[in-house]
Amino acid sequence: MSVPITAYILLAAVLFALGALTVLLRRNAIIQLMGVELMLNAVNLVLVTFSRMHGNLTGQVFAFFVMVVAAAEVVVGLSIIVSIFRTRRSTSVDDLNLLKN
Amino acid sequence: MIASPLALSSGLLATQSVTGAAVPANGAAALAWLLIAVPAASAGILLLAGRAVDAWGHWLGVAASLFSACLGLVILVQMLGADAADRVVGVHLWRWFGSGDLDVHLGLRLDPLSLTFVVLVTCVGFLIHVYSVAYMAHDRDRRRFFAYLNLFVAAMLTLVLGDSYIALFIGWEGVGLASYLLIGFWNTADADAPQAERFTSRENAAAAKKAFIMNRIGDVGLLLAMMACIAQVGSVTYDAVLPAAQAGDIPTGWLTAIGLFLLLAACGKSAQFPLQAWLGDAMAGPTPVSALIHAATMVTAGVYLIVRSGAVFEGAPDAQLAVAVVGAITLVLGAVIGCAKDDMKKVLAASTMSQIGYMMLGAGLGPIGYAFAIFHLLTHGFFKAQLFLGAGSVMHAMGDQVNMRRFGGLRRAMTITWITMGIGWLAILGIPPLSGFWSKDKIIEAAFVGEGARPWILGTIALLGAGLTAFYMSRLFFMIFHGSPRWTTAKDIEGEVHPHESGWLMTLPLIILSVFSLGLGGALSVGDAFVTWLEPVTGHAAHGEPVLPATVIMGATLALVIIGVVAAWVMYVRREVPTVVQRANVVVEAARHDMYQDTINEAIAMRPGQGLVLAAGASDRYAVDGAVEGLAKGTATVGRLVARTESGHVRTYVGYTLGGTVLALIAVLASRF
Repeated sequence: MSVPITAYILLAAVLFALGALTVLLRRNAIIQLMGVELMLNAVNLVLVTFSRMHGNLTGQVFAFFVMVVAAAEVVVGLSIIVSIFRTRRSTSVDDLNLLKN
Repeated sequence: MIASPLALSSGLLATQSVTGAAVPANGAAALAWLLIAVPAASAGILLLAGRAVDAWGHWLGVAASLFSACLGLVILVQMLGADAADRVVGVHLWRWFGSGDLDVHLGLRLDPLSLTFVVLVTCVGFLIHVYSVAYMAHDRDRRRFFAYLNLFVAAMLTLVLGDSYIALFIGWEGVGLASYLLIGFWNTADADAPQAERFTSRENAAAAKKAFIMNRIGDVGLLLAMMACIAQVGSVTYDAVLPAAQAGDIPTGWLTAIGLFLLLAACGKSAQFPLQAWLGDAMAGPTPVSALIHAATMVTAGVYLIVRSGAVFEGAPDAQLAVAVVGAITLVLGAVIGCAKDDMKKVLAASTMSQIGYMMLGAGLGPIGYAFAIFHLLTHGFFKAQLFLGAGSVMHAMGDQVNMRRFGGLRRAMTITWITMGIGWLAILGIPPLSGFWSKDKIIEAAFVGEGARPWILGTIALLGAGLTAFYMSRLFFMIFHGSPRWTTAKDIEGEVHPHESGWLMTLPLIILSVFSLGLGGALSVGDAFVTWLEPVTGHAAHGEPVLPATVIMGATLALVIIGVVAAWVMYVRREVPTVVQRANVVVEAARHDMYQDTINEAIAMRPGQGLVLAAGASDRYAVDGAVEGLAKGTATVGRLVARTESGHVRTYVGYTLGGTVLALIAVLASRF
């Protein structure tokens, strides 16, 4: 427990930024999903860290819920991407702007 | 539910007889609601059933009015059998609505005043129904006409039977609607009809609208009066308002206001100065309608309202004087207009205006005048109905012509109409012992009662009115029936005519009505029978001494009447009547144009009103619409700008979200440190 709390936060921030950049810069939807996972995990890390810091389980329960939601989201997201791939032969999100305006 | 206001008012009324509280109804009186319900139901059936009942619909209308007339007479007999103290009967119908501590019940009030009207409305109404069967025989919309007539009767009965101002108001609006429908009855010329017919059709519709709108102006008065009553008494039932007015629970200022508002309402409905201009145009309707409006319904409502609200006016002498003054002005105005018109129906319309002026004058004299006002209303109802129906009979014979300059010498062609109209003519003149004499003479006599200059002014006007009445009614009678015939059996501008007597369905009502014109006034004057009968409502008036002896007044009246008749005889029988309108002096020209009332109304009400509407329209279009539309345009512009950010690219959206999150984070952190 000698690692200072700032280190965890910084790690989480770096992870979050990497995830965010992945989503922003990559066109492939699957890679983007991975970026999203990265961001979620950064948040989870922060939650668990604070949970430890405060000495209660609230943060860990939140992290658990985030994981459950993330799993569900990936199931839905991947199936959408697969069905888009089947019709459009592409997973590049820049080709998909049918919901414009 | 009704028990508490009744108990309250009877407590207040222990010492007063004038506005006696109602006792619960029994016997036929408990069925009084059928008086209204049956004609209303008949009107509903006739309107809803449509052309299917064209063949017999008019007889249903006649039957409905006959039913009301019979029930009215049965109730009258029951009331005559009761003690004078028990002659005010209440029938509670239902609780209409409540709001806060205001509780509005609907009920009927049967007392000598309302019963007098019931008998007048239903009996005269029934005769007019019978007459209309023949008069409207060739009209393809006869069924619809009878539906409206029944509606008129039902509304008028609601007006007089209601036990509160709000119930009165329902009937008040009902007669307004019915008159609108009937005055504009002939407004249905098709687009391919001849131009003249379409023009008349438009004129009729305009006359109906005019009557409707001028009546709405009066209605504002009634609404204001009701609001003032609610503000002061918390109720609009007669049992609450009138005793409160009598006991002095309402400040005089408020009573004066209520009285003036009621007067405004009465002016609109009864075509009194300055709201009288609609009555002449209302002649656009079929003649039986004119008879109904002028004799039994509608225009009599104003007098009813004033007499019913007698307690209010006694507490407000200024308002009472205003009623008398309005009555006196209208009395002269109507008579002068009647002297100059060549249209037979318009003379009769002006005559109604003038006679209602007499009644208003009577009502404005206070308790000594109330009973005579209603008495004159009753006798006038019968002989004016007769005169109008007689005029209708003449029109029927003369191919719907109304220009008296083209009549003359009709007495041989239509003897029954001549005799019956002659009786009506003598009755309205007030020749003893016909019925007009008993009522009009009493009003003139009552006008001479009082102190200071007032009786001299009002009395003289009433006296002069009698002479003018004699002149214009004799002019009408002589121009139609006497002198040399001025009509042609060959075709000319006014059309060819072949005068003939009308059928029995039309002459029978005329004959029955002339019996009333002959004897009603005298019969009801025996032992002051009618005045005593009305006492539970109007109160017992101390006999006032006129400033001149009664015999002198009566003699002067008769002398003026005879002068009027002789003048008319000399001008319209001895001398040849020109068939075209002659140039005349200023007064006659003014009277021919209804004293320029339309022009005046146009100048003082219509033009400023139109200006106001234009200004309101412009401000609506440019200021309000401009603001609203500007706002909408602004929003749309911002929307278009924002829409550009909606590229549909997921990564752009993620960028926005992230940016937003970072901004929110910064905001939170900044507020923390």
